Amino acid sequence: MSTTVEEVKQQKALGWAATDHSGTLSPFNFSRRENGDEDVTLKILYCGVCHSDLHVLKNEWGFTSYPVVPGHEIVGVATKVGKNVTKFKVGDRVGVGVLVGSCKTCECCQQDLENYCPQIIFTFNSYNPDGTKNYGGYSDMIVVDQRYVLSFPDKLPLDAGAPLLCAGITVYSSMKYYGMTETGKHLGVAGLGGLGHVAVKIAKAFGLKVTVISSSPQKESEAINRLGADSFLVSSDPAKMKSGIGSMDYIIDTVSAAHPLLPLLSLLKVNGKLVTVGLPNKPLELPVLPLNFGRKLVGGSDVGGMKETQEMLDFCAKHNIAADIELIRINEINTAMERLAKSDVRYRFVIDVANSLSQ
Amino acid sequence: MNPTMTTLPEKEHPNKAFGWAARDPSGVLSPFKFSRRATGEKDVAFKVLYCGICHSDLHMVKNEWGFSVYPLVPGHEIVGEVTEVGNKVQKFKVGDRVGVGCVVGSCRSCDSCKDDLENYCPQSILTYGAKYHDGTITYGGYSDTMVADEQFILRIPENLPLDAAAPLLCAGITVYSPLRYYGLDKPGLHIGVVGLGGLGHVAVKFAKAMGVKVTVISTSPTKKKEALENLGADSFLVSRDHHQLQGATGSLDGIIDTVSAEHPLLPLLGLLKSNGKLVLVGAPEKPLELPIFPLLQGRKVVGGSMTGGMKETQEMVDFAAAHNVKPDIEVIAMEYVNTAMERLLKADVKYRFVIDIGNTLNATS
Repeated sequence: MSTTVEEVKQQKALGWAATDHSGTLSPFNFSRRENGDEDVTLKILYCGVCHSDLHVLKNEWGFTSYPVVPGHEIVGVATKVGKNVTKFKVGDRVGVGVLVGSCKTCECCQQDLENYCPQIIFTFNSYNPDGTKNYGGYSDMIVVDQRYVLSFPDKLPLDAGAPLLCAGITVYSSMKYYGMTETGKHLGVAGLGGLGHVAVKIAKAFGLKVTVISSSPQKESEAINRLGADSFLVSSDPAKMKSGIGSMDYIIDTVSAAHPLLPLLSLLKVNGKLVTVGLPNKPLELPVLPLNFGRKLVGGSDVGGMKETQEMLDFCAKHNIAADIELIRINEINTAMERLAKSDVRYRFVIDVANSLSQ
Repeated sequence: MNPTMTTLPEKEHPNKAFGWAARDPSGVLSPFKFSRRATGEKDVAFKVLYCGICHSDLHMVKNEWGFSVYPLVPGHEIVGEVTEVGNKVQKFKVGDRVGVGCVVGSCRSCDSCKDDLENYCPQSILTYGAKYHDGTITYGGYSDTMVADEQFILRIPENLPLDAAAPLLCAGITVYSPLRYYGLDKPGLHIGVVGLGGLGHVAVKFAKAMGVKVTVISTSPTKKKEALENLGADSFLVSRDHHQLQGATGSLDGIIDTVSAEHPLLPLLGLLKSNGKLVLVGAPEKPLELPIFPLLQGRKVVGGSMTGGMKETQEMVDFAAAHNVKPDIEVIAMEYVNTAMERLLKADVKYRFVIDIGNTLNATS
């Protein structure tokens, strides 16, 4: 341990961590900093299980630093606020998403795009400038600079609202930036998982026509009857896919496994946009001629800045949008991870931290 | 032979025409007698004076894209003087300086056509090697005459020399259109141009005329002097020099990538600022590798573009005339064309061959 870590005052915390690339989680005692002048301390009530958690647990992206406590869809109650904190008070319903720090001075930070700051500090599996390590929301409490804390609207359920802090902002930000909010336009949502199902709900709230594109035919009834999608294409059915050629103004691609882009590009109209928000661990193949022939584009988007994340939460509260979740206890997390790897969840696991994580 | 042809090319249409055609995938061109349709009521017929040689012509004569129909008369950067107009033609008269680019027909009713994007119409008809409305195959500009519907004719302003204007009709519009569409045309922005050939050099000129700062990115260090001194680029990066690229990380608002050979996108994505746009106008045959993390971490975009609609092509020609944007050309005689093709294959041209049709295409009996 470096001397700087010993100098920063620490407090005890309990979480569940993985210690190697098996990704198996187990109870883990660690420490967090004491609440500073700019900080808010949260008692964590719920934490969503994002597919990124699984990627990092198993070191699939190659930059995991063990032991790792995942979790970046965190909701709870403020138990302490630092003396410079103006936006929050003890007892407030609050949330923390994908980042807990940034440089605060670059162009991105000045434009409320902290998520694109080159010195972004992620909520877990990251290090602070003082050398201390960050642990995520599969734990009892967290201390975060007020700038990176969200106010959780009263109308949003805490448990079903937690996934909005990553899944929600990921799709909301991409839709706003790429102009996918014009009523009547046609959006394709590729992949019906944590991100996909929230994309359908938000897109319908924007007044878009929505087609779900999925490799699982059994999800069709659910997609149309419960989530409100207008139609459904089975991606492995060539006839179905052919019927959708040149029909969509945009597509949000939420699929994180490697997959071909050509069939999706074909579904786009001229000037169509394919926005990729999934994070496969290998490059994808990009056929160029379809891009040229239809002036199409492939763009990326990565969560959102703090201002926009708050805007998204308020939007979801207004439109009664929350995730469809399966609430689990912390000691069920390893089974949940195995099921997540097989996409066996409708559509996000959320850990009932407060009721199942005990000292 | 074109399997749909039941008559000789010379007898297909009433007006005799003469050009040079490729007969097979060797791509070798030789004199070819054929014919053009009678000038219809909406048609403009013109005497061809110059025709640019586009790299697409080379791909097509060798059937590299798999859809060439022989005999193939290439050429879609065609300029000349009007000799006849149909009685419903409003915009042109005999003697006008005109041109034809990559497209000579479209459906006129789809969304793209209605948005002045005839080039993106699913039924767009290419200037050569394509089936026209009357079922016959189109022949391009390596020939003495041309006829096209008024909708697909461009006016060439007086102050643009015809020979230098020719490459604008494909190369010019191909880079002008994405500069506008992807918003890379605002003074003060900084773009990269990858590849310094027919497309690349015109991209530099247009961007400079729009007040945009330009960095040329090329594999050839020898092109640096030319890029900076003759074309007016602001800086130059050798794409194989990782050190140089590193120094330019996150510096560009956009990149116009004209390279059609397979090449890595990752270093180019690294050069873009957040929200930066990489526009591919070269057409590599095989898919390229698209690394996803850099795309997401900077909210970056990779987009395509292909020529432009007629309205925008005219706008581009007028812009070029107003801002003195003239492609750098090497004028050649018709019989030099096969040698020119060999040199083009080796990128041995600064920066576009233009065939002096008017003075050197002689009908041999």
